[in-house]
Amino acid sequence: MWTPWSRRSLGSAEDRATYETLHTASLAAPALRRGLDEDSASASLKHLRTLLGAPSVALTDTEQVLAVEGSRERRSDAMELARQAIAAGATQAFSTPHAHYPHAIVAPLTVEDTVVGALVVRSPTSSAGLARATTEVARWMSSQLELAELDKSRTALMEAELRALRAQISPHFVYNSLGAIASFVRTDPERARELLLEFADFTRYSFRRHGEFTTLADELQSIERYLVLEKARFGDRLHVTVQVAPEVLSVRLPFLSIQPLVENAVRHGLERKADGGTVVVIARDAGNEAVITVEDDGVGEDPDRVRRALAGDSAGDSVGLGNVDERMRTVYGNAYGIVIETAPSAGTKVTVRVPKYAPGAER
Amino acid sequence: MSSTYAAVAVAVVALATLGIGLFGLRFSRTTSDFYVASRSVSPLWNSSAIGGEYLSAASYLGIAGLILTYGADMVWFPVGWTAGYLVLLAFVAAPLRRSGAYTLPDFTQMRVQSTTARAVASMLVVVIGWLYLMPQFQGAGLVLHTVTGAPTWVGSVMVAVIVVVNVISGGMRSITFVQAFQYWLKLTALLVPLVFLLHAWTDDGRPTPADAGASAAWLSPMAADAPGLALYATYSLIVATFLGTMGLPHVVVRFYTNPDGRAARRTTLLVLALLGVFYLLPTAYGVIGRVYAADLVATGNTDIVVLELPMRMIGGSLGDLLGALLTAGAFAAFLSTSSGLTMSVAGVLAQGSVGRRVLGPVAGLRAGAVVGTVFPLVLALASDQIAVASSVGFAFAVAASTFCPLLVLGIWWRRLTAAGAVAGMLAGGIGAGGAVVATIVRGSDDGWLDLLLSRPAAWSVPIAFATMVAVSLATQNRRPSNVARTMVRLHTPERLLLDRADGP
Repeated sequence: MWTPWSRRSLGSAEDRATYETLHTASLAAPALRRGLDEDSASASLKHLRTLLGAPSVALTDTEQVLAVEGSRERRSDAMELARQAIAAGATQAFSTPHAHYPHAIVAPLTVEDTVVGALVVRSPTSSAGLARATTEVARWMSSQLELAELDKSRTALMEAELRALRAQISPHFVYNSLGAIASFVRTDPERARELLLEFADFTRYSFRRHGEFTTLADELQSIERYLVLEKARFGDRLHVTVQVAPEVLSVRLPFLSIQPLVENAVRHGLERKADGGTVVVIARDAGNEAVITVEDDGVGEDPDRVRRALAGDSAGDSVGLGNVDERMRTVYGNAYGIVIETAPSAGTKVTVRVPKYAPGAER
Repeated sequence: MSSTYAAVAVAVVALATLGIGLFGLRFSRTTSDFYVASRSVSPLWNSSAIGGEYLSAASYLGIAGLILTYGADMVWFPVGWTAGYLVLLAFVAAPLRRSGAYTLPDFTQMRVQSTTARAVASMLVVVIGWLYLMPQFQGAGLVLHTVTGAPTWVGSVMVAVIVVVNVISGGMRSITFVQAFQYWLKLTALLVPLVFLLHAWTDDGRPTPADAGASAAWLSPMAADAPGLALYATYSLIVATFLGTMGLPHVVVRFYTNPDGRAARRTTLLVLALLGVFYLLPTAYGVIGRVYAADLVATGNTDIVVLELPMRMIGGSLGDLLGALLTAGAFAAFLSTSSGLTMSVAGVLAQGSVGRRVLGPVAGLRAGAVVGTVFPLVLALASDQIAVASSVGFAFAVAASTFCPLLVLGIWWRRLTAAGAVAGMLAGGIGAGGAVVATIVRGSDDGWLDLLLSRPAAWSVPIAFATMVAVSLATQNRRPSNVARTMVRLHTPERLLLDRADGP
């Protein structure tokens, strides 16, 4: 029953051969997408050997052999051949004194016009078909490595944005806070002193250099300091409620992923409202996740503008939201983007879900 | 026993549990204007919560029943269930916390970097959860039948429904303060009646079990007819309980609440003390039961000895009241353990591929709760009554044969590989799990085969360890590339400043 049905639906022999080739290529792709190193080379090479049907293949960078798959290949020989192809910058065929597989085809791997390595394929006979296949596979590998390069620059961009976010907190907030503190220096020196200490602790956390991750406890503590300072400035116009389930305090999350949301609520939600309002920060336990909401009853925002801000249009001044959203998605996957509920004059509620454990984000 | 008092007690506990689940989220949070973030859960609260979730029907009713029937040998049950935390304290608690893992599958994936190993661990969590839930449901049916005369399925279904409603409504989850309260409720519910019982026993001239005609086999350990069998049974029990505790899914998730590895150790130490105190009580019930309720052994219904004693020894409305208090404690035990287990099983099912891709996190958790409860409920209704404590012993045997090798080798042996972990967990799981299924299907008789199947830990745990080590050694070329970094993370105290290589 099953076999004839599956044969028919999978098409002719050529079709199936195509599918098989594509499948093998898809197995090799994830490793190459990580970039070219010893781990990715050895993980992808056995699939590449299947793809080429060659007895022995090797992968090199410009300096050394990264991995060898198959029998009887000496690393020094492979590197010698690779050097010649890298120097030539094009696919080369060699006849070598190798006992079993005297013929070798070597194709360079290029990323953005720079040769980064070579694919060395051995064969018992000289064949034009294999040379063509090797060239095509090397070209396909090069495109995968270029994608890896793209991923790397995207991560670098995100790190740059995080650094910008750390720096960005300062100007507006710093002089407002210092102004508020100054106003207490004569009337209430003790309070001014406390606020200055809060300010010092707050900046120490925000400008901290090490680490991409923090605990929810630390992040919330910094948020509380921020709110104390803002309260000094707003006076009775700002009300704050913080509700925290103690179970989720030890959850790890990206550094500065909640604080920008609170800052956004104060700066864009409440500052423009004449009689002030309330910010509510809630962190609750939801099984495998912690759910954090930041809500204000301020002026709200046009949903379309928020959507544009999240899509990366940083013309608006809520850069924080887009950056937090982007980082949450990068770390935990697309299901963990931030959710914003808002409408003009209806306040804003931002919800962030953080998994208690995520591979790679443990510490 | 008067059904009115006891029925009221059951109703109160059930409604209180539902009420806390539905409306009680406000209890779960500290609300204040400022500085709540620094108030993490203290080790005492945390350890009480572990006690509250851990002390199940098996501890509350089962131990007394087993001691009533078999005597001194059975004291190994409470000893093992406490000493399990000693092993946990020494080998697992702090590194597990430092790993950042929330569940056992999380730890598996974090240590061996394999989604296959994660899937196997998830499956085992579900199996252990089911084995543990089944006796809770059976016990609930039995207790309700004893105190009100209702058919046994009523109590089982009632507990299952309350637990599912709680998990679905989003309550109960893992609220530390509620679970911590459960420990003190259970302790009080056993302690207060015991004071009265001891008073009545003193008035009675302090008769010992020997006076009441207990045999030498009951009075002293290893005095059974076949000393070889008894010795094997005891060692197997010790292996299962000492090593199984660390593999219980609902206990492990509680360690995440500790702020660091040091707090995790302190919590475990306090758990040892709290359990040590608690387990004195059911043991006392078992011994007094031998004097006043030895006839229960003939009926085979020994799990209810705890509930019977106040009626027999004190009687009157005081006896009824004490009986009602004990019943309330028993239901608190069923509900707290079942909730924790169902939550763990539902969480794992929701994180599985079907739950995550098809249903989404919330619907997945709800579907997981239903699936996680229905299967053990059916099992509880369909299978014969097995003594609650022995039945829970199966869950410990499977946990000891699967997660114990994984945790111990994962934390203390650099050369563990994903293939080794999977092979070891499967070998131990299939060995112990198969033995459990065979025992449930075969029924019991006396003899070596029966004993090997009903107490599998003594052979299944070594098999699991050996398989894990052998397959790991055979697959050394596939060692996780980041093992050195993982080991640093697991074993370095948090207060040491070093580059822990954050994130991806």
